[in-house]
Amino acid sequence: METLERIVAEHPFAKGLKDRDVKLMVGCASNVRFDAGETIFREGEEAKQFYLLRQGRVALEMFAAPRGPITIMTLEDGEVLGWSWLFPPYRWKFDARALELTRAIALDAECLRNKCEQDHDLGYELLKRFALMIEQRLQATRFQLLNVYA
Amino acid sequence: MPSAHPMVPLPCSVRRIQRETHDTFSVELSPGHEFPFVAGQFNMLYWFGVGEVAISISGDPTKPGRLTHTIRSVGSVTQGLQKLKPGDVLGVRGPFGKGWPVETAAGGDLMFVAGGVGLAPLRPAIYYVLANRKRYGRVVLLYGARTPADILYKQELERWRARFDLQVHVTVDHGTGGWQGRVGVVTSLISKPDFDPGSTTVMICGPEVMMRFTEAELEKRELPPQNIYISVERNMKCALGLCGHCQFGPTFICKDGPVFPYESLRRFLAIREV
Ligand SMILES: Cc1cc2nc3c(=O)[nH]c(=O)nc-3n(C[C@H](O)[C@H](O)[C@H](O)COP(=O)(O)OP(=O)(O)OC[C@H]3O[C@@H](n4cnc5c(N)ncnc54)[C@H](O)[C@@H]3O)c2cc1C
Repeated sequence: METLERIVAEHPFAKGLKDRDVKLMVGCASNVRFDAGETIFREGEEAKQFYLLRQGRVALEMFAAPRGPITIMTLEDGEVLGWSWLFPPYRWKFDARALELTRAIALDAECLRNKCEQDHDLGYELLKRFALMIEQRLQATRFQLLNVYA
Repeated sequence: MPSAHPMVPLPCSVRRIQRETHDTFSVELSPGHEFPFVAGQFNMLYWFGVGEVAISISGDPTKPGRLTHTIRSVGSVTQGLQKLKPGDVLGVRGPFGKGWPVETAAGGDLMFVAGGVGLAPLRPAIYYVLANRKRYGRVVLLYGARTPADILYKQELERWRARFDLQVHVTVDHGTGGWQGRVGVVTSLISKPDFDPGSTTVMICGPEVMMRFTEAELEKRELPPQNIYISVERNMKCALGLCGHCQFGPTFICKDGPVFPYESLRRFLAIREV
């Protein structure tokens, strides 16, 4: 049987985390699945979780009338979905929709924020990972803006 | 047999034209006899009365009876070439230049990273590796295009994706038209495959900015820069290292390249005036 602890520990996000930090995270974690086409969250809703993706593909979309939904990027297994849970007012900036059957570990935002406030070592480890992720996405967005294949 | 003298074009008739995307097409030529080349080399294609352009060979080096080029129409000559039809005759000079290091890469893992029409100059190396598959470890192709409509060789990519001995990851910068695949820049694919950085050779072909971003991402994954090779394009005229049109720093793209170890060009890629 795969335990939640092992699944979290083996996710690339947790690479290099101490066992105690993984255990603290697991206290806020649950297994979730989304069918193809299912909405995971919508822009403006409260960001109550973030997700460690284990399988499948998720589209981050923005709805821009009259063009309809525009896919900003997709995320797959091994990647992390969502950082709006970290920053007030904790609201999603995009829609997220599963493009295929998607399995993930959901981490409860309030539970984890409280643990990070009480345990700054855990908070620092998590923030380092999110900062790196945000840097990578910013870099990718700049690259995308260059429209290099035009 | 290539052309008898490097300045004299060999007349080759067009056997087949394959439309790849809205602005890109492949031309299969009949050289009349074998036309051996190594993956990564290019020819000068001369359309009589219109002009001459450097185009990489995009066909299979293990089948030297067929000579294929994939061309994106961007200007006067390449737009003219778009009007080619079977039976027309093109002048071919070549093959020129140094190719991909497919031999020195044998024994280790291989990663191909292509952006846009950059898949065309890499395709012969992929054919070569697949024809000699046992000599390589893990083989990965990462390909990024602007939109789903700009993806080259769609059917072939599907066939390659179905193989168990080749990992193929495709992404587009802008997902349009009901695309269900990956959306994101090509560098975001680098975290997908499992590879051993120390024994992996990476061959990159695409716009120069894309190759710089890719190299930076590989460096983060601790891939030794000396394992990275890129193919560079510059305005070309003689293709023999005589005229100086394609000079890049101290090198001539036509005879020292177009494939170079990244390390040998890193300094010059950062100089805007070069
Ligand atoms: C070694 C080598 C290999 C090449 N391999 C290929 C290949 O396999 N397939 C292919 O399609 N092209 C390839 N090219 C590029 C090709 O040679 C040029 O696109 C071609 O010379 C343009 O000629 P033209 O007369 O059509 O355009 P021009 O009239 O000379 O140029 C028209 C406009 O297009 C721009 N332009 C020129 N080249 C490019 C380019 N590569 N990309 C985007 N814009 C450009 C020019 O800056 C100009 O603004 C290669 C170049 C080199 C040096």
